[in-house]
Amino acid sequence: MKIEVVDAVKRFGAFTALDGLNLTIAPGEMVALLGPSGCGKTTLLRVIAGLEYLDSGRLLLEGSDATRAPVQERRVGFVFQHYALFGHMTIFENVAFGLRLKPRRERPNETMIRKRVMELLAMVQLDGFASRYPAQLSGGQRQRIAFARALAPEPKMLLLDEPFGALDARVRHDLRQWLRQMHALVPVTTLFVTHDQSEAVDVAERVVVMRQGGVEQSGTMEELQGNPASPFVADFMGGVNLFQGRVEDGWTRIGDVVVEVAPPGKSNVDSMPTVVCVRSHEWQVLRIPDGFRAWRTVVRHVRPQGSIVRLGLESLEGAGRFEVEMTREQYDPYGFQSGETVFVRPKRVKIFADPPHDVAAAA
Amino acid sequence: MSHGAERHQKRPSPVTDDPLWMRVLLSGLVVLFLTGFLLLPLLFIGTQALSKGFDAWLAALSHPDTLAALRLTLLTALIVVPLNLVFGLCVAWAVARHDFRGKNLLITLIDLPFAVSPVISGLIFVLLFGAQGWFAAPLAASGVKIIFAVPGIVLATLFVTLPFVAKELIPVMMARGRGEEEAARLLGASEWQSFWHVTLPGIRWGVLYGVILCNARAMGEFGAVSVVSGHIRGMTNTLPLHVENLYNEYQSVAAFAVSSILVGLSLLTLISKAWMDRRGREEPVVTVVCPEEERL
Amino acid sequence: MTRIEPNRCVSVAVTTNSSHSRDGGLQGPSSTPQAHGRWCDRISGHGSPVPLTLGISLFYLGLIVLLPLTLAFAWSLRLESHALWEIVTSPRVLVAFTISFGTACVAAAINALCGLMTAWVLVRYDFPGRKLLDALVDLPFALPTAVAGITLAALHAQNGWIGALLDPLGLALAYTPGGIVLALTFIGLPFVVRTVQPVLQAMDGEMEEASASLGANRWQTFRLVTLPGLMPALLTGFTMALARGLGEYGSVIFIAGNRPFVSEIVPLLIVTRLEQYDVIGATALAMLMLTVSFVLLLLINLLQSWMRRRRPIG
Repeated sequence: MKIEVVDAVKRFGAFTALDGLNLTIAPGEMVALLGPSGCGKTTLLRVIAGLEYLDSGRLLLEGSDATRAPVQERRVGFVFQHYALFGHMTIFENVAFGLRLKPRRERPNETMIRKRVMELLAMVQLDGFASRYPAQLSGGQRQRIAFARALAPEPKMLLLDEPFGALDARVRHDLRQWLRQMHALVPVTTLFVTHDQSEAVDVAERVVVMRQGGVEQSGTMEELQGNPASPFVADFMGGVNLFQGRVEDGWTRIGDVVVEVAPPGKSNVDSMPTVVCVRSHEWQVLRIPDGFRAWRTVVRHVRPQGSIVRLGLESLEGAGRFEVEMTREQYDPYGFQSGETVFVRPKRVKIFADPPHDVAAAA
Repeated sequence: MSHGAERHQKRPSPVTDDPLWMRVLLSGLVVLFLTGFLLLPLLFIGTQALSKGFDAWLAALSHPDTLAALRLTLLTALIVVPLNLVFGLCVAWAVARHDFRGKNLLITLIDLPFAVSPVISGLIFVLLFGAQGWFAAPLAASGVKIIFAVPGIVLATLFVTLPFVAKELIPVMMARGRGEEEAARLLGASEWQSFWHVTLPGIRWGVLYGVILCNARAMGEFGAVSVVSGHIRGMTNTLPLHVENLYNEYQSVAAFAVSSILVGLSLLTLISKAWMDRRGREEPVVTVVCPEEERL
Repeated sequence: MTRIEPNRCVSVAVTTNSSHSRDGGLQGPSSTPQAHGRWCDRISGHGSPVPLTLGISLFYLGLIVLLPLTLAFAWSLRLESHALWEIVTSPRVLVAFTISFGTACVAAAINALCGLMTAWVLVRYDFPGRKLLDALVDLPFALPTAVAGITLAALHAQNGWIGALLDPLGLALAYTPGGIVLALTFIGLPFVVRTVQPVLQAMDGEMEEASASLGANRWQTFRLVTLPGLMPALLTGFTMALARGLGEYGSVIFIAGNRPFVSEIVPLLIVTRLEQYDVIGATALAMLMLTVSFVLLLLINLLQSWMRRRRPIG
């Protein structure tokens, strides 16, 4: 199902949850809504589901206006953060619930319902649990039951609110993979909310980064990390170093480090704060300076992590502390040690003008 | 028990909000029901108590029999409440902080007095200390009177009000977990110091509420006390029994005047409960999540 | 008396620490909570506190409740069984039991309905005076039963505020079984409200949203999701109100009129027997009532464990 949100505004008292948001989602897409808490991502999901109505703006489902359509008519499957399974019903009854409520002419008979529920339970690998109660299941199992229950009435879109938020790391990891497989199996338009970028990247084809009730940027992981629209996106997607710098006399500087020429059109400005953004694996690290604008740094720590090695560096020219990623192949010939002086040079930088942004995360 | 009523602000929702007509209808019905059922009787007591004027009200209250009943009621509460408080603290401590076999059985047994009709609670003590009871002979020999005397009233009241403080404290202590006390013990506090400086301040509202409930019942108990008291005016009449006597003698104004004291007491109970609910919400109990729950 | 939370908490704590034995001694350093707790107990030095607090509790409970109850039961064994049977099956007693049961059941049922409605309104809606009404719900707990009794009787008597309105219509409740139902409804109201309220609060609306997203309309959601979720609490409240109603004395005797075969309840019959120095007759009735009460208490406990198993998730 194609979903279009146009100029959406939703307020709760003095708080603006959605502030003129626009978003289009193609049929069959698997999209993550990513953002910090309070950015409006859950509200957007609930608006699309019909659990909240917009104050202004429009919601189109398959091209037709559904702004005020009741939730029952939207054919959504919604998976709640805490699952909201019906505690007094067995697993079977939970999954069958949506099927039994279908209008008479669409409703399958009891045998069909039984067959469909058992199929779904098999799909979520919980066939043996049909007659148990939700309280007897683990968190991960409840999560999968919630998923099966949402899928049972064959929804046109599947909405998941922080689906793995309440689970421990191990289960979360398994369920992400599982969700990807499910989407391949049942290619229904799927939207899920998360505040964890690794989760978004792991599961979704496209990530929508939200901030303060609007869409900051939307795209694939590669687009967002390689070409962030703002320092916020860069920071939120992780894997980047952010530096507070300035443009002065035609050069971009961080501390005493000269990074790059000034951005086009800014070569004459007197002094302009900027944020400089470098992906942590896009650094060249050398023991001996080759003379071309290298940063002088001291190695503070070396952390090998599987196929990559992380170097914690501290600038000797006032650019602060930051972390650089090298592959094993890059690292091994040098074997940098903690305490030695090395020279680094960013392979690619992105410079943003004057955003009031905290660079504490740069280290 | 309205803890958390205001926990999450009510947002209008197209899904879970009842339609306006239903809200108006149901609220109207409930308001009508509660006012008619609960508020009206209170109003009625006040009106009746003062129907012959303030002087008649005062006269009824300052009558020697009323004062004697008041004294006995206060005396009973003064004996019963501290004893049940100590019991409540002990049993809540034992149940919440330690493990032993039969814990659930103990908790059920604490509930027993609630399950027994007040009349039967009184009868039990008649069967022990009455003229045909187990201890009739030794009591007669030593000249000690328990039934139709103050000790009987105290015993019956003890029985009836025993669960109040304990029932209030056990959940509060359970919810607090053992963490704070263990921290205190690791910092070198003795068991007693940890109880006095860490546990008690943390459960003070629960203690106070339990005491208030216990006191209200102790002062207001009727059935059990009625069976063991013998209704001897000026001697073994508590306030509620005195109310009964007056009412049965068609001294309606006096009966309601004495009732108004008891109504004052129960209003005080309600107000302090509401106040403590609010305090309880301001000082949320830190719940220690136990491993079993987490694994789910 | 009122709560369901206690037992729930209890079960949690019990499962947490089920392996926490008191034998002390043999175990290496460990960071499990159990071992930690045990270690703490061990550092208490002189005299473990468990025997002390538990000892005091058991002694006191035994002295005030268990011993008297046991002795009372033992006393009743003196009665010969056929005499007991004769007492219990006398027509007046049978009718009194019917009246006690009937009125307590009707009152508990009214309370289940009105209590559910009250809890719903107090939790879901907001209107001026809501907090006042919420606090007022506990009045029947706080008001001495004798005061409640004379007030209800006087209100509903022919010349009372309400009685004067209803009497011309032939609906006066005083001195009829209807009066008993009225008094028992008054006494039992808080039980249902206070057991349903926390469950309703905990429901949080998410369950209903889930139901709606699966296609259920408002009525279906209430009937299939909300009400079944409340059912255990509702049943517990009903049973509590019933148990309380069966034994209630003070609030009933003034309004009931106490006419044998019409409006005489069992507790009153017990008191009457006692006043006639018929301790045997009183005890026979009391033992029967006690048995019924204990069965109800057992039922309440079973209901609550049922409730724990089927508690809503999330």
